[in-house]
Amino acid sequence: MLSIKNLHVSINGKEILKGINLEVKAGEVHAIMGPNGTGKSTLASVIAGREVFEVTEGEISFKGKDIFSLSIEERACEGIFLGFQYPVEIPGVSITNFLRTAVNEQRKYRGLDAMPAAEFLAKMEEKKALLELNTKLTNRSVNEGFSGGEKKKNEIFQMAMLEPMLSILDETDSGLDIDALRIVATGVNKLRRPDNATIIITHYQRLLEYIVPDVVHVLFEGRIVKTGGKELAVELEEKGYEWIKKEI
Amino acid sequence: MDKKRNLAQEDMTTLVKETTLKDRMMSLFDEKQTLIARYDTPYIAKCRQEAFAHFKMLGFPHVKLEKWRGTDLTHALNLDYAQYLEPFQHDIDVENLFKCEVPNFETFLVTQLNGWYTYRTYALRTLPNGIIIGSLAKAFEQYPEIVNKHYSHYADDSSDGLVALNTAFAQDGIFIYVPDNVVVSDTIQMVNIIDYDQNLFVQARNLIVIGKNSKLTLVQCDDSIDHRVSFINSVTEVSIGENASLDHYKLQNKDEQSTLVNTIFFDQMEGSQLSSNAISLNGGIIRNDTRVRFDGPNCQANIYGLYLMDKDQHIDNQVFVDHAKPHCESSELFKGILDDHASGVFNGHVLVRKDAQKTNAYQNNKNILLSDKAVIDSKPFLEIYADDVKCSHGATVGQLDAEAMFYIRSRGISESNAKMLLMYAFAAEVVNKITIPELRQRIDDMVKKRLRGELSACDQCVLHCSSQEKKVKFKIDMSKI
Repeated sequence: MLSIKNLHVSINGKEILKGINLEVKAGEVHAIMGPNGTGKSTLASVIAGREVFEVTEGEISFKGKDIFSLSIEERACEGIFLGFQYPVEIPGVSITNFLRTAVNEQRKYRGLDAMPAAEFLAKMEEKKALLELNTKLTNRSVNEGFSGGEKKKNEIFQMAMLEPMLSILDETDSGLDIDALRIVATGVNKLRRPDNATIIITHYQRLLEYIVPDVVHVLFEGRIVKTGGKELAVELEEKGYEWIKKEI
Repeated sequence: MDKKRNLAQEDMTTLVKETTLKDRMMSLFDEKQTLIARYDTPYIAKCRQEAFAHFKMLGFPHVKLEKWRGTDLTHALNLDYAQYLEPFQHDIDVENLFKCEVPNFETFLVTQLNGWYTYRTYALRTLPNGIIIGSLAKAFEQYPEIVNKHYSHYADDSSDGLVALNTAFAQDGIFIYVPDNVVVSDTIQMVNIIDYDQNLFVQARNLIVIGKNSKLTLVQCDDSIDHRVSFINSVTEVSIGENASLDHYKLQNKDEQSTLVNTIFFDQMEGSQLSSNAISLNGGIIRNDTRVRFDGPNCQANIYGLYLMDKDQHIDNQVFVDHAKPHCESSELFKGILDDHASGVFNGHVLVRKDAQKTNAYQNNKNILLSDKAVIDSKPFLEIYADDVKCSHGATVGQLDAEAMFYIRSRGISESNAKMLLMYAFAAEVVNKITIPELRQRIDDMVKKRLRGELSACDQCVLHCSSQEKKVKFKIDMSKI
């Protein structure tokens, strides 16, 4: 589904990613772990299309298409979703309005008619229940005045509504208490299907106790230095990142 | 910077031409004095003569005046205008021109055509609950006790050339009197229409007096039907009595040939409340000059504005709040989006006098510039002589938030729709201050249309002028007032 080959990315002339290779297949959950400042969020942003980064070398294809020729919104419409580490507040735009616009623009891209209002509302109710989301939250402006936990739940709620093929969750676990973590993880697990895939970016192993990954990668200084199964995450938690540093 | 240089170069010619229009105005006044003053009572005649002397001294405003630095009328003052000094003879059925496009929104409609109050039967009516509504010229004669107490008492013509010019030439306009203890349930809608086959200079004048404990909602629309050049110099005086409240809206959707200077004076008595919201969607040059004076303690004034301008349009919002008495609160929020070569001015001046202790005053002006050719000159200004006050001011100028754009687009929303969403959200803060739900909905729709570029100057807030078959009779139900 997602294929990254020899990806080099810079910002303001400083190289952040130094040759990333990654293959994600449908039905898989990948975890990308690593200490702060090693390029995990940069990788997520580049896949989603953030324009401040400069891709100096390499390629990314999604479902066989070169994504560098696609705009941010086209990538989303193709089925890429980024759960933000720091979701942006948009005062004056209600979640309902925001999501209805997003859902219908994605449907239009795929040649479908706008979703009937009743169907949309029913879907909202269903997904809110799935994530134990306060029903009043969706009438509020996107992320405005939300607690850290509410913002992260709102990211997963949007993911549930948009039903992407590939979800990239950037530090979704940061700032969550144990209850919120459990709810978010349950949501992600329920949304797993054989035809979609998830990339979880995290600093800690904690979230991976709830969402069991098929593959774990360790990103260090702009390179994937180690890849293994779910036991790699446990090993990292026990030994710390110092262990990786020594290994390389 | 470029603008300033050009002005300096043009100075010589500018001055000559300005004098020309001033001269023409003065000789017109001398020649047609009998005609202009035909409805005058001795009091009005006195006001007129004094104002004329002031205009003679002050002339038209120019960019060298601090308050006019950002708004250059040179071009507009260089043109030839006709003035209508006799009641406007119209064969069009004005009431038939209107179609209230706001569903479920009951309004009592009063109209001015080229400055003159329009009516079929009664120039001035007294409604069952004592409200007097109609022609100002008729009120001069019929209600001198009200007129003489308020007319020209709030509009200071000694320091403002355009106000002086208006008082010198004003002949008619809209007069509204609400007696004490009356809650006016229907919204009164004042529509100022310009329709003429020549360039027209209009001195529109209105007087609104609200008695003690009374309540009024007023929507003031400035529209133009024809695409001729017009200069509207409008002055409105409003007296808000003790514990009375006024909810006031200004809707401006003008064609680009027009110059509109809309000056409004609010005088607030003890415990009164004012909310004024100016929505400017299109226009050539629009200047809203809002002046509030607290004449008693415990008053509140909320002054809001929204402006969405593009092409070469110009908007100037001047607000002056005079905290003359203690325990009053004023709050200003003006927001605007400017695109292309559009320019804007916000000049908020709050004066807190020495004895106005326990004053609360807030000013805020926020702007989004969509092009690097668009300019805004924002100047919130507090002048405080009391020591126990809470005052704050702020101004921001920015572009659309890049982080928010990325966030919205990452959900599959196109770049143009993401921009729309952010602009709409920005404007919504002011639109949401509108307390009449039907009107809020209508303005909300107009703002959306405006942002999509689908709102034309003909797409009015209340009237539909484009085609015969679309004209629907606007019914005024007197029993509802």
